[in-house]
Amino acid sequence: MSIDAKLALDAFKIDEESHIQIDEMRCKERCQTRYCLYVCPAQVYTLGQEGEILIRYEGCLECGACTIACDTTLAWNYPRGGFGVQYRFG
Amino acid sequence: MAEAEKVEVVIVGAGLAGLACAYHLAAAGLEVLVIERGDFPGSKNVTGGRLYLHPLRRFFPHLWEEAPLERHVTKERLTAMGEGSSVTVELSSERFKEKPYHSHTILRAKFDPWLAERAAEKGAIIVPKSRVDDLLWQEGRVIGIVASEAEIHADVVVAADGALSFMVEKAGLGKGRKPRDYAVGVKEVIELTSGVIEERFGLGDGEGAAQLFFGSLTEGMFGGGFLYTNIDTISLGVVVGINALMEKEPGFELHRLLDSFKERPEVKPLIEGGHPVEYSAHIVPEGGLESMPQVYGHGILVVGDAAGLALNTGLIVRGMDFALASGALAAQTIMEAKKRNDFSPASLSRYEELLKESFVLKGLETFREMPRFLQNPRLFNLYPQALSESLERLMWIGEEPKEKISTTLWREARRAFRLSAVRDLLRVWRI
Repeated sequence: MSIDAKLALDAFKIDEESHIQIDEMRCKERCQTRYCLYVCPAQVYTLGQEGEILIRYEGCLECGACTIACDTTLAWNYPRGGFGVQYRFG
Repeated sequence: MAEAEKVEVVIVGAGLAGLACAYHLAAAGLEVLVIERGDFPGSKNVTGGRLYLHPLRRFFPHLWEEAPLERHVTKERLTAMGEGSSVTVELSSERFKEKPYHSHTILRAKFDPWLAERAAEKGAIIVPKSRVDDLLWQEGRVIGIVASEAEIHADVVVAADGALSFMVEKAGLGKGRKPRDYAVGVKEVIELTSGVIEERFGLGDGEGAAQLFFGSLTEGMFGGGFLYTNIDTISLGVVVGINALMEKEPGFELHRLLDSFKERPEVKPLIEGGHPVEYSAHIVPEGGLESMPQVYGHGILVVGDAAGLALNTGLIVRGMDFALASGALAAQTIMEAKKRNDFSPASLSRYEELLKESFVLKGLETFREMPRFLQNPRLFNLYPQALSESLERLMWIGEEPKEKISTTLWREARRAFRLSAVRDLLRVWRI
C-alpha cells in the first residue's frame, strides 16, 4: 500500500500556510544525513532533483519525529487550530 | 490592549491527562478552561492501544461503566520473530474474564470526546480548534497563555500538550529532546466484523486479544509491532526508536516496515479480508525516569506524555493510565495550592510528591534501567532469531537420526550466546 493510499484514508483540513519551514540553503549545504526522509511516517519530505528537500506539509500526521531528528534547520510547529489531520479512530 | 480574560486554571490540550485534570478541578468548583488544537478532543490523538483500569479505579471510581471502551482483553500474546520462523507465547486466563475487567482496548477519537463531555458536565469549558502559541510570564512566573492571539490569564497553567510538548520547552522545564528518548509509531485501523474478529482470535462476546511482536520485523532496530482487537476493527502498528531509524544503513522508511509486517505469515491471516480505514502516526516517550522534565514550575504543572510518563517493559506498554492519574494528581495539587493561594514552585512541588507516592513514579522508578536495557540491538535481532531457530531445530525431523535434545540445545546455545549474552542476562536481573 503506497503512502499516498494510506494518507488518502485520513481526513485533513489543509491550511494555506505551511506549518513546516526550512532554510533551503542551510539544509542543502550543511545536512548530509537527511534523517527527515526516513523518520517521517507520512513521507512529507522527499528529495528534489538538485538534492533539495521538498516538503508536502498537507499530508503531515503531526507526530513531530522530524523535529526530534533534525539538528540543522527545521522549524516545525503544530498546524493552526482546526487545521491538519483529524483522526476518526485514533 | 483589552483586559485579558482570567480563569483559575488553563489546561493546554484535551487529551487524557488534561481532561482528567479538568474533570476533577471542575467537580471541585474551580473555573477551568481546556484549550485543544484539534476539531474535537481526541482528533489529534493516537493509541496502540489498551488502557489498564485497575490502577485508575481509586482516581475515577464511577467513570468506567458508561465509557466507550472497545474490548476487554482476555488473551495476551507475545511473538518473537526470526526470519522465516517465530515463537508465540499465549496467555489465556480466567482472571482476565472477571469483572471489573483488567484492561480494555480503546480508540482515542471515540474515548476522548466522551471524557471531555464528562468534564464539561462537571463545568469545565473546552475550547477546540485553538492552538496555544505561548506562555505569558510576569517576574519569572507563568501567568497564562496566548491562544489564537488572545491572552488568557490563570493562577495555574497545566501543560497537557502531549509527547512533543512545546509548553515544557517554553517553560524551560525540559532536558532537550533527544532522539534516543523517543520512538515513532505508525498504525492502521483495519475494519472487520465483530464476528470475524471473535472467531479468528478465539474470543467470546466482547472479549479482546492483545499481541506484541519483536524481532526481525523491525530489521534489528529498537522497537516492535502491536495488534489490538477493537469491537469491529483491529489496530495494527509498528513502533521504532527515532535514533534507531536515524542510524539505520541504508535508510529505511517507517511506513514500509508496517507494510512488510502486514505481509508476515504471523499477521496476514489475522487481518485477511479487512479494510484499512485509517493510517495514523505518533511519537512515544521512551526515555523513562531519566529523561523526564521537571514536572512543576512557578504557576505551571506538567502532566501525561508531556511529562514523559510512559513505560515500555517489552511485555507491557502503558502510558494512558499514567496520563489519567497524573491529571488527577495535578488537580489535587492545584486544589491544595488554591487553599493556600500559593502557586510558587514550593507549593506546586506537592505534585511531584504525589506522583512519587503513586503507582506512576513508583512504576517508572522500578523500571529505571529499562530504556537503556532496551537500547540493546541483540534483543531485536540475535535473540528472537536464535529462539525461533533453536526451537525449529528441536522440532525438525530430517533424514539423519535425531540427536539428543541436550546436544541440539548446547550447540544452539553456543551459537547464540556469547560473553555478551552473559552480560545481557545479568542486566535482566537488574530490571
